[in-house]
Amino acid sequence: MFFEDYQPESFFDEMYTPDGKVRSHYEGILGRMIELGAEEYIQKCQAVDLSFLRQGITFTVYGDEAGTEKVFPFDLMPRIIPANEWASIESGLTQRIQALNLFLADIYSEQRIIKEGVIPAEYILSGKHFRRESMGLKIPRDIYIHICGTDLIRDENGNYLVLEDNARCPSGVSYLLENRQAMKRAFPNFFPGAGVRPVENYTEALLKTLQYVAPMEKENPVCVLLTPGHFNSAYFEHCFLARQMGIEIVEGNDLVVRDFKVYMRTTNGLQQVDVIYRRIDDDFIDPSVFRADSALGVPGLVNAIRAGNVNIANALGTGISDDKLIYAFVPKMIRFYLGQDPVLGQVETFFASEAKHFSYIMDNMENLVIKATNEAGGYGILIGPKASKAEISKFREFVKADPRNFIAQPPIMLSRHPTWCGERFEGRHIDLRPYILSGEKTVIVPGGLTRVALNKGSLVVNSSQGGGSKDTWVLQPNS
Amino acid sequence: MLSRVADSLYWMSRYIERSENIARLLDVNLQLQLDFEDMDDATLKEHWEPVIRAAGEENLFYEIHDRADSETVTNFLTFESKNKSSILSCVKLARENARMVRDQISTEMWECLNQAYLFLKSNNSMRVWESGPYAFYKQIQDYSHLFRGLTDATFSHSEGFHFMQVGKFLERADKTSRILDFKYHILLPSLEDVGGAVDAVQWGAILRSCSAFEAYNRLFVSSVSPKKVHDFLIFDDHFPRSIKSCVRELDQNLHAISGCALMEHSNNAERVSGQILSELKYGSIEEAFRFGLHEYLTQLQASFIEIGKAVYDTYMFHPRLDLATEIAAQQQQQQQ
Repeated sequence: MFFEDYQPESFFDEMYTPDGKVRSHYEGILGRMIELGAEEYIQKCQAVDLSFLRQGITFTVYGDEAGTEKVFPFDLMPRIIPANEWASIESGLTQRIQALNLFLADIYSEQRIIKEGVIPAEYILSGKHFRRESMGLKIPRDIYIHICGTDLIRDENGNYLVLEDNARCPSGVSYLLENRQAMKRAFPNFFPGAGVRPVENYTEALLKTLQYVAPMEKENPVCVLLTPGHFNSAYFEHCFLARQMGIEIVEGNDLVVRDFKVYMRTTNGLQQVDVIYRRIDDDFIDPSVFRADSALGVPGLVNAIRAGNVNIANALGTGISDDKLIYAFVPKMIRFYLGQDPVLGQVETFFASEAKHFSYIMDNMENLVIKATNEAGGYGILIGPKASKAEISKFREFVKADPRNFIAQPPIMLSRHPTWCGERFEGRHIDLRPYILSGEKTVIVPGGLTRVALNKGSLVVNSSQGGGSKDTWVLQPNS
Repeated sequence: MLSRVADSLYWMSRYIERSENIARLLDVNLQLQLDFEDMDDATLKEHWEPVIRAAGEENLFYEIHDRADSETVTNFLTFESKNKSSILSCVKLARENARMVRDQISTEMWECLNQAYLFLKSNNSMRVWESGPYAFYKQIQDYSHLFRGLTDATFSHSEGFHFMQVGKFLERADKTSRILDFKYHILLPSLEDVGGAVDAVQWGAILRSCSAFEAYNRLFVSSVSPKKVHDFLIFDDHFPRSIKSCVRELDQNLHAISGCALMEHSNNAERVSGQILSELKYGSIEEAFRFGLHEYLTQLQASFIEIGKAVYDTYMFHPRLDLATEIAAQQQQQQQ
């Protein structure tokens, strides 16, 4: 059995229209897959898994003594986005990242958006990721979010909605690149003539972005990637990116601050560093300013940033813009800073900290998705319709105790995509994380990482909770 | 190059060399055992104990096992995760170090170490015994050779490469000296016995443990004598596992790192390597025997340890920052 029994059911299906017809941009790949047949498809799956294992593209299962390493599940049936859809996503994301960068530049200096009453001051000042240390800090070229990984979902009508803006240290881009490599190896003859836009220039664009934001517009700046270390589950990605860009990967202990400058310790003594692509959260980055127990960071780094001798990407304090409460104000930001209407929609959001919303949330908990405003990775979420009574009452207490820290949204039935489930293709929920680079220009690699919730009926696509991924094909115009 | 990277490259290289040497040692001793039927417990112990000693883990061995026989020793030196010198531990550590510098080494090198690790993880002693240890240990040695070849062909011969060479030759020189030394205890209770009852098979095994059997025979046309074997494995100019060859390579790579002229020295590692290189260049096997072979080898081993330490002090060691002091200093600066 392959596609014969496929049921789109009542969800928005990426491949099939509600009346069971194949959408035109999927006709080509479906034909190829059927030509291939189930048996060969399974062989390809095994070959791809083996090759990931051989290359060490694995993550360590935390807390496992035997050091078990797993391959991220990868589904070979690609997700396809036609050119016109992508064009609108691209312009929507570009608009959004511009607004977010203007917002950050504003709240860390003049705070016009507060003064003009668009966002209440207390929402921003109470944000866990608002950094007073960044007030008045001059950031090279006023770019705060250099790398953004916005999560997009599609509702039951197929509209693309922004679910959240990951503006701190979004991860996963290496899987996007590796998935494409794996697809090309597994199906070399699928690609010619299919009109799939390439993604390989991401790391080059990333390096250009980092170089562009060097302090004092320095030429040929020394860029490094700061990792928490090889025990981190994203370490593979850190290495991958550093290797592709040809820059050093450093740990906190490799760096030292002297006279407000950052140096790395080499076999030839100290060498100055200009730009740090950091994959460590604000909290851990400088124990002399933030968490003093952090052994991952670099004491004095914030001083060096203040002195203008080093720049970090993303900037300090970008976390306030992906606070789930602030998220609700992004459409207003777009109007305020750019004077435009938002291209991309987003999910309606209720604030537990507003009295009238609060009672609505309390009364309708079983019909809502409740989210902590500052968690990531699929944690701190209650999906009302799927939760038990006990879970709901537990969350009710959480929300009562700290309303600022919670928002509620109507559940969105994410779109579904045919996904291999061992014996046949079945519909599984997916999202999309495009990666947006803000440097001299805004660069978005066509597509992004499509994550898929492999468990039947699940809406959680995070890799830590049973998620897998797919290659994402954005088609050339006219193909 | 980052100091941490240099350190990892050095250890990655050292560990893979160590795994190869242990695999060969076990391989040779397992085969050697086949030539002696009906070994009683005492002979078995005599046969295997020096092998454990060569790995330097005698105490740990007897904490885990009661008696030294083929099975316990091979298991201990192959799969025992508590033993830091078991093949599994070595390959794991080599791979762990490779992972830390994954961005610096070539994909080919990484995949080779990763494969070696997956190969070991998918095996266990039961399976090795059933399918025949020969193929298994051969495979371990092959991985090491493959890794060397890939390093040579895909990795820039610059600073990082020299650190890897230093690790490799230091480990190799040390292991050759240990193989000679442990056999010295059983094979040469006194110099008078030399050439006596002890037969060529044992000496052949020593040569094989250093992959030197064929090279030796080509030179001496199948006249195996203890003195010649020692001369060959310590003083030969051309054989890549003789101590002199290893030290010469070691010395050259150390100088390539610092850029200091050969025969001069700019740090302690170069000073000690230059010193023992001169001794090996101008010394002779007769002198070594007069000095006492065991003492001679012990002295060499002490020098190897000193070189390893000096390399660390010169290139890798930055005084560890005390986090509290550093934070206090930085906070003071902030207030200014």
